Amino acid sequence: MEKAITFLKSVPALLTRGYAPYFVILAHILVGSNWVYASPRSTIAFIFLLTALVGIYYFRVNPLFKALAISILLLGVMPILGLRNIFYLEVIFQISVFAALALGLNIVVGFAGLLNLGYAAFYAVGAYLWGFFGSQQIYLLNETPGTAPVGTPFFLPQDYFYLFLILGAIVAAVVGLLLGLPVLRVRGDYLAIVTLGFGEVIRVLANNLDKPLNFTNGPQGITPIQRPTLAPEFVDGFNNLFSGIIGSPVSSGQLYNVLFYMLSLVIVGIIIVVARNLEDSKMGRAWTAIREDETAAIAMGIPLVKMKLAAFAVGASFAGTMGVLVAASRTFVSPESFSFMQSIGVLVMVILGGIGSIPGVIVGAAVVTILNLQVLQGLSLYLSQLRQSDAVIPLIDFAWRDLSTQLDPAKYQRLLFGMILVIMMIFRPAGLIPAERRRRDDADQEEAKTE
Amino acid sequence: MNRFAGTVNLRELLRPVGQMLVFSLASSVVLSLIVIVLALIMDQTVVGETLLARSKVSLLTYTLVNLPQVILDGLTIGFVYAAIALGYTMVYGVLEFINFAHSEIFAVGAFVGVELLIVLQIYGMLEGGSLIGAYTWLIIAILAGMIGAGLLAISVERVAYRPLRGAPRLVPLISAIGVSFFLQDAIRLIESLTTGQFHRIIPTFGNFDERLTFGQIPIGDSVIALGIQVKSIIVIIAAVLMLVGLNYLVNATKVGRAIRAVAQDRATASLMGIDVNRIISLTFLVGGALGGAAGVLYALKFTRIDPFVGFFPGLKAFTAAVLGGIGNLTGALLGGIILGMLETFSGTYMSAFTMGAAGAEYKDIFAFAILILVLIFRPHGLMGENVAQKA
Amino acid sequence: MKRLSVVLSVLVLASLVLVACAPASGDGAAGGAKVIKIATQSPLSGGQSNVGVDIKNGAQLALEQLSGPLTDMGFKIELAPFDDQANPDIGVANAKQIVSDPAILCVVGHYNSGVQIPSSEEYHNAGLVNVSPANTNPRVTDRGYLEVNRLVGRDDVQGIVGANFAQGKGVASVFIVHDKTAYGQGVAEFFKQEAEKIGIQVLGFEGTEEKANFDALTTTIINSNPDLVYLGGMFDQAGVLFKQSREKGYQGMFMGPDGVDSPELVNIGGAALLDGGGIYYSTVSGPASLYPNTAKFVTDFKAQFGADPAPFAAQSYDAMAICLKAIENVAKSKNGEMPTRAEVTQAVRALSNFPGITGTFTFNGVGDPTSSQYFIIQVKSADPAKWSENAVVQTLDIEPPSK
Repeated sequence: MEKAITFLKSVPALLTRGYAPYFVILAHILVGSNWVYASPRSTIAFIFLLTALVGIYYFRVNPLFKALAISILLLGVMPILGLRNIFYLEVIFQISVFAALALGLNIVVGFAGLLNLGYAAFYAVGAYLWGFFGSQQIYLLNETPGTAPVGTPFFLPQDYFYLFLILGAIVAAVVGLLLGLPVLRVRGDYLAIVTLGFGEVIRVLANNLDKPLNFTNGPQGITPIQRPTLAPEFVDGFNNLFSGIIGSPVSSGQLYNVLFYMLSLVIVGIIIVVARNLEDSKMGRAWTAIREDETAAIAMGIPLVKMKLAAFAVGASFAGTMGVLVAASRTFVSPESFSFMQSIGVLVMVILGGIGSIPGVIVGAAVVTILNLQVLQGLSLYLSQLRQSDAVIPLIDFAWRDLSTQLDPAKYQRLLFGMILVIMMIFRPAGLIPAERRRRDDADQEEAKTE
Repeated sequence: MNRFAGTVNLRELLRPVGQMLVFSLASSVVLSLIVIVLALIMDQTVVGETLLARSKVSLLTYTLVNLPQVILDGLTIGFVYAAIALGYTMVYGVLEFINFAHSEIFAVGAFVGVELLIVLQIYGMLEGGSLIGAYTWLIIAILAGMIGAGLLAISVERVAYRPLRGAPRLVPLISAIGVSFFLQDAIRLIESLTTGQFHRIIPTFGNFDERLTFGQIPIGDSVIALGIQVKSIIVIIAAVLMLVGLNYLVNATKVGRAIRAVAQDRATASLMGIDVNRIISLTFLVGGALGGAAGVLYALKFTRIDPFVGFFPGLKAFTAAVLGGIGNLTGALLGGIILGMLETFSGTYMSAFTMGAAGAEYKDIFAFAILILVLIFRPHGLMGENVAQKA
Repeated sequence: MKRLSVVLSVLVLASLVLVACAPASGDGAAGGAKVIKIATQSPLSGGQSNVGVDIKNGAQLALEQLSGPLTDMGFKIELAPFDDQANPDIGVANAKQIVSDPAILCVVGHYNSGVQIPSSEEYHNAGLVNVSPANTNPRVTDRGYLEVNRLVGRDDVQGIVGANFAQGKGVASVFIVHDKTAYGQGVAEFFKQEAEKIGIQVLGFEGTEEKANFDALTTTIINSNPDLVYLGGMFDQAGVLFKQSREKGYQGMFMGPDGVDSPELVNIGGAALLDGGGIYYSTVSGPASLYPNTAKFVTDFKAQFGADPAPFAAQSYDAMAICLKAIENVAKSKNGEMPTRAEVTQAVRALSNFPGITGTFTFNGVGDPTSSQYFIIQVKSADPAKWSENAVVQTLDIEPPSK
């Protein structure tokens, strides 16, 4: 028994030493992708394949190999599997979008310690920016919502979208500065409420600025919003190369899914690099100082307001870019997408993954998104199937048919989010994957205890 | 740190009543003057002409004629906000912690009270009875709401806040946000399991829906009947009683002294033999009970409740508490009155002053704008003292 | 510490996998019978779930009652309810999940036009037919997709019907309120346009998300003293607003679109609503007296789900009935072979004079019902139990503006 435990304990060490991890990773990707390819609707297979990323992150292998494995998985394997079941592309797309939002919020909450409860507002700024300029809205300023004349031209050519990815970041950052300037003197818990109010103000504005001039088209939302061009030659070329593996020819509509998926990955990649560099920069250390002890930070000569503003602006800019991307991907923006619930959802991702931890918040985004899109819905569908069958719960002899539909898990997203927040705060405030610095702190404490 | 200062005597009991009169009067006079001046300025401009063309009444007359009704309505909703704000301010005064879940505790109070009345209605207890009977049942419903909400507040504190005492400030706040969301869906689950629907409508009984009218004022083509509903009067009286009672409890009893001691310095208080945990639980009980009572009053005034009903009133009440100076009981009342007035004034007059370009839809933004402005320019609120942040 | 976090992450992921595998294995188990699924999408959580859940329940009831012919042919018909959370992001993700399940042949759904419009792009891409029970926004069908059909009238028509009826009743001035949702504002805008065109004076046009405290608004209403207060919105808001207006002394007429068609309206508002000018609503869903099946639907619904159906539950029942009928037609013509999505899409559009519980449906070229019947109904009793006895005061057959 003892021996078995020692052996089991040594397994992770064995796997992480020498060439073993390389094989494990490759095998994981190979098995996973074949599995998903064979059964394109199996959620287990998909999640199994996704866990390969976790493996790549934790195994100690050559960084070059890491990069290679990640790009093969995400840029090569995934799009092809995703075209067989576009829901997977959507899941990863949304994970990327929320990972970007969570990384942005992480800079504000995690690095600088400022709780922002209205973060979706910056996302809205980006989305409405491209929503306004990338649609016909500019010609409809004097029209009542819902009465757009047919054949209105678009204001900008559709490929301006790429420029707006950058503009979205800049404009959101400016909005972040404008909000930050007055409110950052407010202390921590008040700041949370002020930002909550700000988030609501942006949503209410989006909902109401359809008069006197119709900027946002009110609750009807702006549609259609342009997507970047996808040359027909490209679609043909893609089909020549890949339609054999995918199993059916790919339409341009489906290929847009791949395009936005790729774009979201690129943006998240850039954001991760930026966030990592910021964390280790002078500014990052200043943020840490402010978070841990404001008074001491002032005493050390850290320009408090400037640093807080920087955190707000950087965090906002990430959300702004993603807003532009999502507006184009959906071809539609409406105020409903930017509710308080959305802000809380992003906060849950940060808290669950680990405040201040870059890999943590990405995992948080992935877990919450999968939970929301696949698990809760999946459970509800499963319950609904059971309810339509003659199955009976064994032992207590209770027919599934009689189970109240009020108990569908998909209905209780708020309950789950709430529980995650409370449980994490009480039992694991540092999150699933604590930030590096915190981990070091913990290690120090443990050492201190043993001494 | 003189949060709940005061001397122990009978004057303590009556002091808040006087303050309330002063606040109500002062805020109505100030706001009335503002709109009258605005009306005078705009009367001869295109704004006034638009109104004249549409409703055949000058802007100034329009403003003046509507004032009494606006003030009455503003006071009513103001007292509702004040009653909820008391709960925020109690907890903040003692723990320096924003109890974000207070809005759901308020909603639970409303549901408990309304459910009780619905059960009574099913058993025919509400019908036909005398007015005394109706008022008795209402009082019982309010008490039930208070008990339900108070007990819930204690349990929430025990489960979700107490383990986090001593953690950085943001940690319990995030936990409170979690509790708030959890409770919304928990109420929904429980309510919809029994009937398949999760909103509730308070039964009609007694004379609460009746309206006492004081007079008729002709305006343009229309006639305005100035008046106030019985239920609005009940809301105001109940809120006043709650404030008087709370003020007495905190400032004139032994328990109140203990609460103040804990608020001032937890460690020293415990050395003096005060059971800090018990006092904190008591604070939550009282704050929750006030929220619960406010919930039942809210249901009485606005008829329909659902699990998400607490969010906006809660946010506004918090704004009221901050506006008045959080941690300060009288401040919560002042903040509530001012906010309720402002909201009603803006909702009523904005449309006329902007020629319909911006109307009632911006009413909520007003609350947030005030919150942001107050926090920036006077973070300790109108009546709070300028206290340094506790480390 | 590091190992602990690895273990934790693995545990979380493992539990996700375990949980997520449940529905997947369910798919596999159904290998024997030919499974056809019909999906619903509506907000099952959050503030709009009262309507969303009943959209699902209406569809479920239809599936249970009407899938007999298909079951006899050897198919197993299943409901796949999705929660769009009234959020376009979730709606689109669900839509992608729906189109990737080949067993799903029809989608009943969406309550919010804001969710339907982006989601139906996915149905369109995949050639999957969508029958909407509740989306009244003109854009829903104006895109001309073969896959998108709806049962309800368009906002533009409902507003026009309402305004014309009001004029016939001698209304000279109106105060319009809407709830700042795509639905409510849509109807209100069109009501306003038509009212101005036919010479009814519009005294005010206000939007508000408020659901409880209308004191400021009612004061404005009393001041302008309109003959009619029109609310573009839902019954919950209408009940409270109308009640508070009466309490302030307003004696004129009230009117709303089909969103106010719910017994809860009088439950909230009480007897005072019927005083003075009374209360009317325009609707496309016929009253029980004209459509006897509706009464049976209400009884069955109440028996199964324990509460009166919310607005659009009956339409959802019809949407499901249309899906089933179309699938049945295709299956019959193919001698019991599995229908394809394209065939079902064609079959839905090809249905003619389908007798539903809320009307008789034929779809035009873009998926609007040709010649919807619009009713103006007067509320007759303050007793919620007598809601079905409300009287039709006017019936209009109107063709949609689309072709």
